[in-house]
Amino acid sequence: MTDKKIFGVTALFNDPNAIFAAAKKVADAGFSKWDVNSPYPIHGIDKAMKMKPSKLGIVTLIFGLSGAVLALILMWWTMSVDYPMIIGGKPYFSLPAFIPVTFEVTVIMATLSTVVAMFAFFFGLPRNSHALHDTDYMKKVSRDHYGIVIEAMDPKFDEKATLLFLKDLKPLSTEIIYHPEKETYPIFEPRFITLLFGVAVVVSIGTYLMLNKLMYIVPFDWMDKQAKVIPQTSSEFFADGRGMRLPVEGTIAKGFIPYPFEGETNPTEVLSNPYFPTKENLELGQRKYLTYCSPCHGNYGDGDSRLAGQFPNPPTLHSERARNFPDGMIYHIITVGQNVMPSYASQVTRDERWAIVNYIRALQRAKNATDSDLKFVKAE
Amino acid sequence: MSTDYSVEAPVVAGRLTIAQIEELVAKPMDTKPDKKFFLALTVSGSALLIGAVCLLYTLYYGIGMWGNNQPVGWGFGIVNFVFWVGIGHAGTLISAILFLLRQRWRTGIARFAEAMTIFAVMCAGIFPIIHTGRPWLAGYLTPYPNQHGLWVNFTSPLVWDVFAVSVYFTVSLVFWYTGLIPDFATLRDRTSSKIKKTFYSIFSLGWRHSSRHWLHYEKAYVILAGFATPLVLSVHTIVSFDFAVSIMPGWHTTIFPPYFVAGAIFSGFAMVVTVLVFVRKIFDLQNIITIDHLEKMNKVILATGMMVGYAYGMEFFIAWYSGVQFEQFVFINRAFGPYAWAYWIMVSCNVFFPQFFWFKKIRRSIPAMMIIVLFVNVGMWFERFVIVVTSLHRDFLPSSWGMFTPTLYDAGILLGSFGLFFTLVILFTKALPVVSIAEVKAVADGAQPTHHRGEHHD
Ligand code: HEC
Repeated sequence: MTDKKIFGVTALFNDPNAIFAAAKKVADAGFSKWDVNSPYPIHGIDKAMKMKPSKLGIVTLIFGLSGAVLALILMWWTMSVDYPMIIGGKPYFSLPAFIPVTFEVTVIMATLSTVVAMFAFFFGLPRNSHALHDTDYMKKVSRDHYGIVIEAMDPKFDEKATLLFLKDLKPLSTEIIYHPEKETYPIFEPRFITLLFGVAVVVSIGTYLMLNKLMYIVPFDWMDKQAKVIPQTSSEFFADGRGMRLPVEGTIAKGFIPYPFEGETNPTEVLSNPYFPTKENLELGQRKYLTYCSPCHGNYGDGDSRLAGQFPNPPTLHSERARNFPDGMIYHIITVGQNVMPSYASQVTRDERWAIVNYIRALQRAKNATDSDLKFVKAE
Repeated sequence: MSTDYSVEAPVVAGRLTIAQIEELVAKPMDTKPDKKFFLALTVSGSALLIGAVCLLYTLYYGIGMWGNNQPVGWGFGIVNFVFWVGIGHAGTLISAILFLLRQRWRTGIARFAEAMTIFAVMCAGIFPIIHTGRPWLAGYLTPYPNQHGLWVNFTSPLVWDVFAVSVYFTVSLVFWYTGLIPDFATLRDRTSSKIKKTFYSIFSLGWRHSSRHWLHYEKAYVILAGFATPLVLSVHTIVSFDFAVSIMPGWHTTIFPPYFVAGAIFSGFAMVVTVLVFVRKIFDLQNIITIDHLEKMNKVILATGMMVGYAYGMEFFIAWYSGVQFEQFVFINRAFGPYAWAYWIMVSCNVFFPQFFWFKKIRRSIPAMMIIVLFVNVGMWFERFVIVVTSLHRDFLPSSWGMFTPTLYDAGILLGSFGLFFTLVILFTKALPVVSIAEVKAVADGAQPTHHRGEHHD
């Protein structure tokens, strides 16, 4: 027995008055690591034991207040910053309407934090391996006895002297409590770890299914699923097995009249510019030019885009050659392309092509402005 | 727990010693259940099963199986929800409010009432979720970051409800469990079965009945009670907002919050009495749940019943006084329209029958109080029926008036909710101490030092 580590000595009483008096004496004797165990709280024992009042309220206060603040911030952010929406003519930050939720969040934060802080941090529970568990002493104080325990950790503890001191208090019985011989840590047992692992797997799968499957079950699908042919699907109704029909032979899509000069080099005699360079037309041309042409030819047609050097250099549009092109020629180049320059027929409509031509003409003239041109600019 | 001792009738009758109290309370857990237990479980389990089948049908075919229609979109789903949330309120009132008011007699019934709160809120919580018709989408009710970029509408009473009911459930559960921990420790130390011991050890968290712990524990209890009190008042207030914030005639009234809270306590106490009468008999707890306790509860029923009666009268008065034609019509329609039978069931059960509790004889007679509290239970269910259905079925436009007829599935699910409630209650009586052992021990005669706080014992 002597090689066992001693935990402390205990004394049992069966009268609340006796334990009260005994507790006073132990406190007066100056012990610090000692305790009174009783099946229910004894009134005034805290004073007899000289304990300080509980500071648990501070935890409640801090977490309660942060609950209120967090709730308000969340509601303010979701309702007036992230997805502002006017509901019932109320302001985005509608304090009266936010009070119920603020209150509820405050309550839940305050209560949960209090309980968790008390058990986990104040008491160090759960703890089923304490030396007092499974002793006769514990069984008695759990039922209808009152006990005093003085721990060996106490600086004033001395096995014999302390035991005598307790006996002097006239208890029913005294007992020496030892630490359990072998300390066991059930949390490291393979079975427990397997259990934890199992719980983790089940929770993860559950969460995954919940968030990714359950919440995405389509609530109404009767508009999705109708007895009709959806584009790009097959159909047994038609001989060719296709759900979509081909247009009648020779149909021309709106705005896509075939270009008759494909393959010709200079159809300029027939192609004449139908638009005057009005302000509106030039602005349209500018927009389209900046979108479709400037990436290669540069913003002012100088051929100085950032592609210069990486691509067969797009030529300047201010060359002698380009300035002498008739309008129809530029139109033709946009429509069918020229060597490496691809056709822009599918991006810009016919009207827009003419507008671009007018704009290029304006650019060309601006580069080679005469004094008479400047007069007009100054006059404006 | 730190109650002030005045000269009051002893809380525990029959001069039980502390060990005897423990013996009595722990008996159901130490013995094998008898035939009566299984019989009761069979009855409640069958009801639960019927409800489950009806619910499965509803989930498969949709809420078209119910009587809900246009204009009565809120049928039994909401009626039952409000009813069950109300039942729950008694538990918190007994455990928290009476605790703060230093009513020692609450110790005998607090644990049971708290358990009933939790079970009632579980029953209640089912209804709004199945009422949506797509219960699997209930996750959308929580504000969680999602790819739709959507949040819940925090200005809507329905969202407040989600918060209120879930917070209420959580706090009640925590409160209940905190109270159970010392009892788990006591059971752990008295059992000889290894399985039970493991179970109790886990749930007792290794509680050691240490006075250094009791100090904080009592403080925590006060804090929890302090929060549970405004919480319980807020919950039914918010439930009443579901109605009062709308503009329906008969709903849009400021009396709703206090009226709902009073009604909740009224119906909850009636339910607690209903169940306790059986429990104290079956488990021989007459000395711990005494007739004095029941009498006090009957007094509360009488008081809250009159508050509810006042609210009925005041609603009528304000409807007339407001001069709003629609309000006036709704109330006249309630009392004399096609649903007049429901209205008069409500008035007679809630206002008339509780008046018998003015007589001390009736307050202390078990059969008499049994009949009255059953009436109150029925009456309070009809109150919610009247509020929900009569306001909706005839509102502003006569062209859109209609009638509501519940279907068998409605009835089955209501029955099922009772089945769930009583099944849980029955299982609880066998699995956990129905009375708080530690709390009752603390108020037994001779349990406290005599010189403390001027308490005198022979
Ligand atoms: C992908 C780059 C690119 C884009 C975009 C582009 N071009 Fe060109 N463009 C060229 C290249 C390269 C040439 C020289 C082709 C050759 O080798 O003959 C050229 C030639 C031309 C010529 C003939 C110049 C000459 O001297 O032969 C004209 C006119 C012209 N482009 C106008 C346009 C117009 C108008 C647009 C806008 C619709 C446009 N280009 C868009 C690359 C581009």
